[in-house]
Amino acid sequence: MRNSIALFLVVAASAANAQDNLMDLLDKETAPSTDYSSQTFKGTRLVNGQTIETKGKGELEFIFAHRFGPINSGAYELFGLDQAYVRLGLEYGITDKLGVGFGRNSVDKTMDGYVRYKILRQSKGAVNMPVTITGFANAAIRMSPKKEDATYSITTEDRMSYTSQLLIARKFTQSLSLQLMPTFVHKNTVDSKIEKNDTFIIGAGGRVKVSRSISLTSEYYYRLNIDEANPYYNALGFGVDIETGGHVFQLVLSNSRGLTERAFLTETTGQFFDGDIHMGFNVTRTFQVAKRK
Amino acid sequence: MKKLILLLFLASSLSSAAQKFIVEKSFVSFYSHATIEDITAEHKSANSIFSSETGEIVFSIPIKEFKFAKALMEEHFNEKYMESEKFPKATFQGKVTGFQKQITGAQQVQAIGKLTVHGVTKEIEIPGTLEVSGGKIKLLSKFVIKLEDYNITLPQLMWQNIAEQVDVTLEFTYKPYEK
Repeated sequence: MRNSIALFLVVAASAANAQDNLMDLLDKETAPSTDYSSQTFKGTRLVNGQTIETKGKGELEFIFAHRFGPINSGAYELFGLDQAYVRLGLEYGITDKLGVGFGRNSVDKTMDGYVRYKILRQSKGAVNMPVTITGFANAAIRMSPKKEDATYSITTEDRMSYTSQLLIARKFTQSLSLQLMPTFVHKNTVDSKIEKNDTFIIGAGGRVKVSRSISLTSEYYYRLNIDEANPYYNALGFGVDIETGGHVFQLVLSNSRGLTERAFLTETTGQFFDGDIHMGFNVTRTFQVAKRK
Repeated sequence: MKKLILLLFLASSLSSAAQKFIVEKSFVSFYSHATIEDITAEHKSANSIFSSETGEIVFSIPIKEFKFAKALMEEHFNEKYMESEKFPKATFQGKVTGFQKQITGAQQVQAIGKLTVHGVTKEIEIPGTLEVSGGKIKLLSKFVIKLEDYNITLPQLMWQNIAEQVDVTLEFTYKPYEK
C-alpha cells in the first residue's frame, strides 16, 4: 500500500512537472535586470535652473532661451515684450553621464561654461536606488561693464563667479517628478555693503505631466544666508514644457530675467507677487552628432 | 520497489529536462520605414524556452533593452510609445507546429499563440524556420506588427516620423536546458 501511494505521488509529481508553465520557468531562468528611470524631466532645464538630466552620448543640444521684460512694465513697454534678454547655449554629451556646455547671456554680457555628471541613477530591480543625483559646476565671466566704464579698476578675477550644485531627483510616478537642489554660489567681487561673496541656496522644484507631450514645471530657490541690506529676491518660476520630436519648447514665467546661475540665483530683481514677472521661453533642439557606440 | 520508483522518477525528470531548450544567444530587431527617417533598433538580451517534445515556446523581451542609433529616439520609444515603465516586457506564449526533431536542416514552422506588447494580448501566428544542428536549435522568424493592434498611438505632431507598422526579426539560438 505504501509503495503504491509513493508511486502515485511520483506519477502525480511528474505530471505536474510536465504541465509546469513554461513562462514561469522562463521568468525563473531570466537573470533579474535593473530597471533605470528615464525622462525624469523633459529637458536639462527645469525653468531657469538645471535638472538631473544629461544628454545622451554624442548628442548636441542647442538651447535658445529668452526672457522678456516684466509684465507690470505697462502698455508703454507692451507688458515687457519691448525688452528681451537672450541666452544662446550648447550642451554636448561626452558619455551618457558626463556633459559639458557653454553659453552667453545678454544680461551683464555673461559667458558661462559648465560640466555636469550623473553620479547615481534611480533604479529598481537588481539594483535599487531611490534617487538620481547629478553634480553640476559652472564658471561664468561677466563682460559688462567695459574696463573704461567701470567705477574701479576692474580685473578679470573681479568678473568671475562659480556655482556648484547637487541635483537630487526622484521620479515618483510616470507623471510626477520632484527635485532638490542644494547650491553654492561664489562671486569673486561683490558690493560688501549689500552682499556676501558666498551664497548658500536650497532649491526645490518638480514637474507634473499632463499629457504624453506636455508637462507643467516649477522651481523655487531659497537663499539661506543673506544680509538684511540685500536688495534681491528668491527666484521663483513656472513653466509649461511641450515636446515635439527633437524639440522641447518651454514657456516660462519667472521673477528673474538672468539665465546664468549667478544672475537668477543671487541677483533676481523682481518680486513675483508684485507682478515683476518675466515671460519667456527655452527652445531646445537636439542633434545626434556622433555615434553612440 | 523503492529503488525502482527512484529510478523511474530520475528517468522521467531527466528525459523532460533534455526536451527543453533555452536561449544561449538572442538577437531581436525591428525596422520601421517612414517618410522622414527609417528607424531600427536592436536587442540582445531576450530570453526564450522551447520544448521540442510539446512544441511549446515562450519568449520574453525587456523593452528598455532596445538600442537605437539616437539616444532621443530611445527615450521617446520608451516614454511615449511603449510606456516601458508600465509595460516592461513583450512576451509570447504559444505552440510550434510542423517541427520534427529528427530532420536536420532548416524546416518551416508556424507558431500560434499569444503575443503581449504594451499590455495588450493578441492571438497571432508567426512563421519561422527551425534548424537542429549539433544538439542546438536555431530559430529564425520575421513578422509584422501593426501598432494600433497594441494600442500604441502616435502623437499627432510625430506621426510622420513613425510608420504604422514595424517589421520584427527574431534570431534565437537554443541549447539544451539543464536545471
